[in-house]
Amino acid sequence: MRLGYLIREGFRSITTHGFMSFATVAIIVACLIIMGSVSLLAMNIDVLIKDLENQNEIVVFVDESLSDEAAARDLQRNIEAIDNVSSAQFVSRGEAMNNFMSKYDATLMEGIDEDVFRHRFIVHLNDIAYMSQTKTELEAIRGVAKVNAHLDYAKNFVMIRNVVTAVSMVLIVMLVFVSFFIMSNTIKLATFGRREEIAIMKMVGATNSFIRLPFVVEGLALGMMGGAIAFLAEWGLYNLVTNRLVNSAAGTLLNVIPFRNVALEVFVVFMAVGILVGVFGGVNAIRNYLKV
Amino acid sequence: MVLMKNVRKVYESSNTVALDNVSLTIEDGEFVFLVGPSGSGKTTLMKLITGEVRPTSGKVVVNDFDMGTIKRRKLPKMRRTLGVVFQDYRLIENMNVYDNVAFAMRVVGAPNREIRTRVPYILELVGLDGREKRMPGELSGGEQQRVAIARALVNSPRMIVADEPTGNLDPVRSLELMLLLEKINEMGTTVVVVTHEKELVNAFSKRVITIDSGEKTGDSSEGGYYGV
Repeated sequence: MRLGYLIREGFRSITTHGFMSFATVAIIVACLIIMGSVSLLAMNIDVLIKDLENQNEIVVFVDESLSDEAAARDLQRNIEAIDNVSSAQFVSRGEAMNNFMSKYDATLMEGIDEDVFRHRFIVHLNDIAYMSQTKTELEAIRGVAKVNAHLDYAKNFVMIRNVVTAVSMVLIVMLVFVSFFIMSNTIKLATFGRREEIAIMKMVGATNSFIRLPFVVEGLALGMMGGAIAFLAEWGLYNLVTNRLVNSAAGTLLNVIPFRNVALEVFVVFMAVGILVGVFGGVNAIRNYLKV
Repeated sequence: MVLMKNVRKVYESSNTVALDNVSLTIEDGEFVFLVGPSGSGKTTLMKLITGEVRPTSGKVVVNDFDMGTIKRRKLPKMRRTLGVVFQDYRLIENMNVYDNVAFAMRVVGAPNREIRTRVPYILELVGLDGREKRMPGELSGGEQQRVAIARALVNSPRMIVADEPTGNLDPVRSLELMLLLEKINEMGTTVVVVTHEKELVNAFSKRVITIDSGEKTGDSSEGGYYGV
C-alpha cells in the first residue's frame, strides 16, 4: 500500500505542480533536440566525408607477365585479402583503352593496339588514413607492376575528417554539459518551491526514502515524457530539413542518413538522457532539503 | 521526557552563543511553558528537542534518544515520538484537511483502515469535524492551527512541542487553542509550549521555564511569566 501510495504521489505531483512540470519537460525537450541535431549533423558530415574519400581510388596495374586476363583476374583475391581494401574492381586492358578513348580524342589511339594498356584493378579503401600502408601491401603482391595512389589527397581528407570529428566532439561534449546544467537547474528550481513541503515531511518523521521515491517517480515520468516528445520532434525536424536539402539544387550531391537508420539509437539516447536527468536531477535537487 | 544537562549551543557560522549551561528536566505527562523574550534562545531549545540542531556541548535526551549522538537515519524514528506545531501552521497547501492529517500516518506506514478511523476521530477531537474536504487556504488561522495540532496528535506522540502556536491568532482563538492543548495534556501527552505571550501563560497555572540571553533564569512549577 505504501509503495502504491508513493507512486501515486509522484504522478499526482506532476499535475499539482503543473507549470514546473511543463517547464522541466520543455527544457529537457529543447536540450535534447539541440544535442540530437548537432550529433546528427556531425554524423551526416562524417558520411559526406567518407563518400568523398571513397571517390579517392587506388589504381593497381597488373604486370605484363600476366597478360592473360584470367591470370590477371586471379589477383583480385590477393588484393581483397588486404584488411583495408573495401572493394577491388577488375578493368581489362580493352576496357581501359575504351575508357581512355571516351575521355580523350579517339583519333589519338588510331593504329595503337590495346596491349599498350595494362590490366588493372580500381581499389577502394575502408580508411584512407592507411592509404600509404595499403599501397605498400599492394605493391608487395606478386604480379602487381605499379600502384597509383594520391597520398597527398588522402592526407588532406584525413586532416579534414579529423578536424571535423574533433570540432563536433567538442561541440557535443560542451552541449551535453550545458544541457545537463540547464536541465538540472530547471529541476532544482522546480523543487525549490517544495522545500517547505519536504521540511514538513521530515518533521512528522518521514524517512529520506519516503520523501525521495515520489520525486524519483515524478522525475522518471517527466524524463520519459521529455525524451519521447524530443524524439518525435527530432524525427519531424530532421525529415523536414533533409527533405528540403535533398530537393534543393545541392541535394543531388548529398547523401543524407535516413532517420529510420538512426531512429533506434536516437530514441534510446533521448530516453536514457531524459530519465537520467529527470531522476538524478530530482533526487539531487532535494538532497539539501533532506538535511533537516 | 526531556533531559538537558549543561547544554551549550554555539552557531559557528555567526559565532553566536544561543544557549549556555542550560539544565532542565521535563517529565512525561507535564505541561510546560517555555518563555522568554525574542532572541533569548527558546527556538534553539526547541530545535534541540526536535533534532534540527545538535548541542555544541552537554547532554540532551528526548524520549530516550540521545540527541547529541543520534544518527541521522534514526531521526525519523525519534521524530515519530513527537508532534510538532509551528506558529505558521506549515500545512501542505495542495492537500485538504483530511490528507494533511492522514499524511502523517502514511509517513509511519499506517494501514489505510487505521487511517480511515483515526483521522476523523482526531479531527473531531480538535473541533474540525465536517471540515475534512477544505483546503488550508479556505480555513481561518485558528482552524489551520487546529489542523496542525491534529497532524501532530494523530500518531499518538509521547510529546507535543508547539513553537509560538498562538503567534498568529487573536486572544480568543489563542485561549481556545491553549485549552485544546490542555485537554490533550490531560489525556496523557506531554506538552511543551514555546511562547512569549505573558497574558496567556499567566492565565494557566502551569510550570513555566524562563530563558533569557541563552540561560535558564527561572523554573516555577505553577508560576507566571514576569518578564518583559
